[in-house]
Amino acid sequence: MAAPATGPILRAEDLTVRFTGRDATVNAVNGVSFTLDPGEVLCILGESGSGKSVTLRALMRLLPARRTQLSGRIELSGQDVMAMKHRALADLRGTEVGIIFQEPMVAFDPVYTIGRQISETIVRHEDVSREEARRRAIDLLDRVRIPSPERRLRAYPHELSGGMRQRAMIALALCCNPSLLLADEPTTALDATVQIQILLLLRELQRELGMAVIFVTHDVGVAVEIADRVAVMYSGRFVETGPVREIMRNPRHPYTQGLLSSTVQGSLRGKALEAIPGSPPDMTKLPAGCAFAPRCRFAEPECKMPPPAIALSPHHMVRCIRAA
Amino acid sequence: MNAPASVDGGALLKVQELRKYFPVRGGILNRAVGWVQAVDDVDFDVSPGEVLGIVGESGCGKSTTARLLMHLIRADAGQIVFDGEPVRPDDAAALRALRRRMQMVFQDSYSSLNPRLPIEDTIMFGPKVHGVSAAQARERARELFALVGLDPAQFIRRYPHELSGGQRQRVNIARALALEPRLLILDEAVSALDKSVEAQVLNLLLTLRRELGLTYIFISHDLNVVQYMSDRVLVMYLGKVVEIGPTAEIYDYMQHPYTEALLSAMPSMDPDQRTETPPLTGDPPNPIDPPPGCRFHTRCRFAETVCHHAEPRLEPVAGNDAAAAGDHLVACHMRRAGSGHSGAPG
Repeated sequence: MAAPATGPILRAEDLTVRFTGRDATVNAVNGVSFTLDPGEVLCILGESGSGKSVTLRALMRLLPARRTQLSGRIELSGQDVMAMKHRALADLRGTEVGIIFQEPMVAFDPVYTIGRQISETIVRHEDVSREEARRRAIDLLDRVRIPSPERRLRAYPHELSGGMRQRAMIALALCCNPSLLLADEPTTALDATVQIQILLLLRELQRELGMAVIFVTHDVGVAVEIADRVAVMYSGRFVETGPVREIMRNPRHPYTQGLLSSTVQGSLRGKALEAIPGSPPDMTKLPAGCAFAPRCRFAEPECKMPPPAIALSPHHMVRCIRAA
Repeated sequence: MNAPASVDGGALLKVQELRKYFPVRGGILNRAVGWVQAVDDVDFDVSPGEVLGIVGESGCGKSTTARLLMHLIRADAGQIVFDGEPVRPDDAAALRALRRRMQMVFQDSYSSLNPRLPIEDTIMFGPKVHGVSAAQARERARELFALVGLDPAQFIRRYPHELSGGQRQRVNIARALALEPRLLILDEAVSALDKSVEAQVLNLLLTLRRELGLTYIFISHDLNVVQYMSDRVLVMYLGKVVEIGPTAEIYDYMQHPYTEALLSAMPSMDPDQRTETPPLTGDPPNPIDPPPGCRFHTRCRFAETVCHHAEPRLEPVAGNDAAAAGDHLVACHMRRAGSGHSGAPG
């Protein structure tokens, strides 16, 4: 079943997500394609409503089935995720794929201790004894730098501080040695001094365990700290992808350029910020062509056509006619 | 449209020994079993026309300070002097007059607008309460919409849910300006906005400040935004002011180990200069019954015996220009001669 060691661990092709409601259909993700190599860290960078979290959840088919139309291909280590039955999916989540969220209280059940939830997950997915699972839970808490792990095993989620809870959730996500970690804004709700601790911890664990990571964030600074590769998302599409250095130093899509220049840095003091005018489009009525065109100062009549994906180099892709 | 800055060059706002403890209730008698020392003996001044930034992590007391200034909650102790007049919290008429001259913009743009009123009515509400006729208030609302960059013809009859987050925050700024205040307290006012929209609102705030001669207290957890906006910065930790000074002083010559840690936790924005070691370990302690002595000593790598026992006072930093003018103050034993700390000067 496993893919050859050289191939990508994850491949998404033309991923499309629509949410159907009574009055309107939201075009949340509109044809996202990418591959992820083993051990690679991809950051999906975008603003609210850009479809970054929906993309992440779609990969593991975590969206409510009744209201979601999901299409495209998702292949994880050679397995067709779209064709999987419910049980196979549940086995995949938690073993091969670990997931962490912005709000750890969502991941934990408030009425069970941290230790019980971690060791139960291990027992659920692997054929080990309770005692062995408990020992591994202690190791995991130690690994995510939770002080006095044996005592913390008996703590309930609400008894931990924000940063500790986030660490415990990372331990839970890693408990079956996943080869892919999906992270949805896991540091956004944390204070600055705690955020950097969690980022460094994730970076270290990623290196040690050789995991591939997809990290969703709205924060350019966070992406720069953790990403190998960045995908900039706007209105449900990847508008630019490339190595993090390339994106930071040579952004080519007008939206990426605008996002970087409107990210406030103290050194800009006294100068007016180059803000992007207007606001993101209504996802229920997307224009046929480039969705950024109404806010773009370089827009031309040709932008009314769907923009082609232009490869500037084998690793740098831009979806804008001006890049050609 | 406002009176010019007070002629004596004095502070617009003077805060002295401001204190607020919240009880933590428990047990069957619901007695206070502990106290959250949210704001503890806080002193600072704000000069007319300046932007004072307040930074600190969650639970440091920055929002409580804002609410105390507006008298939305009652202080336990301390004095607030606005425009040379001490504020008497028992005098309802004086409080009304104060709230006309001091207004606040909150983080959550949606919950600070009435969902059942068109935004025009929300903006007219304040002036009408303060005795302006409906026709005048309507006229004023149109001016304000134009001022914050919303086309009155297009927006004025809309309801809050029909606006984007950035547009709603513009309406909140217009609402705050409706009574022609002198001081605007911005409590995480841009934190919930996307970056591209945040930049628009920050530009608007700076333009309004210049055109209307406004004074801001700018509260944020985002150190980049505070550096961009502020003339002076105040750093809080667990209810205490640990450092205050001109923005360039704080960002380039910070004196307090906490300020240093906070600033080095800022992402570098350069993939070749990633952070390698976290500046602090652990979370901020619980503000219920905070540590004795210096409240930061539990996380400070320079902490010595004196820090465990004695509480450092906010004092001028020795030997630099801003300190000579009394502008740069720090509360740290390591910076005070004769404190008993081995790193102290002299």
